[in-house]
Amino acid sequence: MGLNMQSKYVIFFNILAYLFVSIMTILCVLPFLIIISGSLTDNTSIATSGYHLIPRVFSLEAYRTIFQFPEGILQAYAVTGINTLVGTTLGLFFISMAGYVLSRKDFKYRNTISFLIYFTTIFGGGLIPWYIMVNNVLKLHDSYIALCYPGLMTPFLIILMRTFIIHSFPDEMYEAAKIDGAGDFRIYRSIVLPIITPGLATVGLFLALNYWNDWYLSSMFISTPSKYELQFYLYNMLNSYQALNQMLSGSGASVVINPPSESVKLAMAVIATGPVLLLFPFVQRFFVAGITVGAVKG
Amino acid sequence: MPKKDGFSAELKKNKILFLMLVPTIAFFLINNYVPMVGIYYAFTKFDIQAGLFGSPFVGLDNFKFLYQSNILWNITKNTILYNLVFIAVGNLLQIFIAVLLYKLSGNVFRKVTQTLMFMPYFVSYVILGVLVYNLFNYELGFINTLLKSLHIQPLDVFNSPQLWPVLIPVFYMWKWVGYGTVIYLATMLGISSEYYEAAEIDGANIFQQIRYITLPQIKPTFIILVLFALGSIMKGQFELFYQLVGSNGNLYITTDIIDTYVYRSLMFDFDIGIGAAGGLYQSVFGFILIITVNFLVKRRNPEYALF
Repeated sequence: MGLNMQSKYVIFFNILAYLFVSIMTILCVLPFLIIISGSLTDNTSIATSGYHLIPRVFSLEAYRTIFQFPEGILQAYAVTGINTLVGTTLGLFFISMAGYVLSRKDFKYRNTISFLIYFTTIFGGGLIPWYIMVNNVLKLHDSYIALCYPGLMTPFLIILMRTFIIHSFPDEMYEAAKIDGAGDFRIYRSIVLPIITPGLATVGLFLALNYWNDWYLSSMFISTPSKYELQFYLYNMLNSYQALNQMLSGSGASVVINPPSESVKLAMAVIATGPVLLLFPFVQRFFVAGITVGAVKG
Repeated sequence: MPKKDGFSAELKKNKILFLMLVPTIAFFLINNYVPMVGIYYAFTKFDIQAGLFGSPFVGLDNFKFLYQSNILWNITKNTILYNLVFIAVGNLLQIFIAVLLYKLSGNVFRKVTQTLMFMPYFVSYVILGVLVYNLFNYELGFINTLLKSLHIQPLDVFNSPQLWPVLIPVFYMWKWVGYGTVIYLATMLGISSEYYEAAEIDGANIFQQIRYITLPQIKPTFIILVLFALGSIMKGQFELFYQLVGSNGNLYITTDIIDTYVYRSLMFDFDIGIGAAGGLYQSVFGFILIITVNFLVKRRNPEYALF
């Protein structure tokens, strides 16, 4: 009897769960579908009847338009790709060394330095002193270095790396390696690095995602359009028109500001996001690992 | 033994380890510690020719301006209120979804939906901006096309500041729901199945199991996440706000946060002194808040202390 009641509750729970989770999932995915379908819609059809989930008039025109003169977007792709590659590699190298040193119990200042790194998350000079440092003191204005160096490391990723190393590496192993005569850097390179590859993948992917999605650094430091990062290239292209349309929208004035057409904008958005969305199902487990370890606090 | 000896002895002993830390130390010095000198800008009327210490000192004038113009009150209020909504609604929604995913019966369904809900996290805020524009554009937007086809008056979202305290949290949830669910679900998966088996024998139904086993077990994670978030309640989600609102002055009254205000002071108004004052105010106020929160937590329950 009791058991029967219990299974009724289970069924009820499952109905609720499937329903609610499905709705949430649809809400999460719907925006992507709208963008993709819009990019495949004939532009005049958007202008006359607006956006729809299924294209009223199917057309590849937007993609054709973009790839007729692909120099701009390819340039932005190259900037972002190289920046992501260089930044992630260097960042991974620095962060893993820091994580290694700060995990060594025989390193006297590890707590002091860890705290000084953590402290930057609770107090700072603010945006403007930092901006002036990069722009006027280091004179990195319009330089690729300004796109790369600020993303090399974050306190969160260093602490995450340290946690990974501490977890996969008992202290006695250092002792043993030292007795065998291995130097500190040797231990890092030949023993620590190979063991923490999952940690490296996680931290590397966080770094890469940040580089790929960055527009902020371009917006502040770059003035030559050919040096724009992909996201900022997109932002810049959209915004000049969007801002105008927003301002005029309610005023009753019927403005037709066309180029670049709506569908071209959306096709650009698809092209800029495509690689991330194609890759993410395969790498999400590394993010899950990072988020889980990071949240439980090192 | 004098301190200096201790340091140089350590330096000698662990030369290589110190060397390996050089990039990190240099990074945080250049990026975080040296710029703290620039806090002085907050007390000057910035003069690019004169530089940092040549600019005329104006005392608290910049702060006075922010205070008297009511800007400070507006951006502080917005920053804190939005963050409170993000913390409260965000965590509850994430816990709710995590519980549903955790206990529902289909493994494939769980995996697929979790992956799809995680997707927005990977998208840049620029794309989110595109999306919002395409949803709400007055003439062509998806929502307005839908409303029109139902013969309902379309929404003029970009001229209606009162709508944004709802819209911004909605898009925040969209971006972060998958991320938070991952954390809570991982915590739940760590709960020993013995608890549930025992409860089932005692006749507890699935809702009672959630109420008396699952929720208490994730409480520490919940508290830590909330405390962390409360500690940074003065820091806004700059990218989210900026990409949704941009420089649409119509909406500032309900959407301007400290971070967007400081960014615009720097990039558009060239009001270095005022912007620096806003930034310093945010930093100091935020710092005091963290110290207070941490102090109170430490007294009540040291396990949850942030540091």
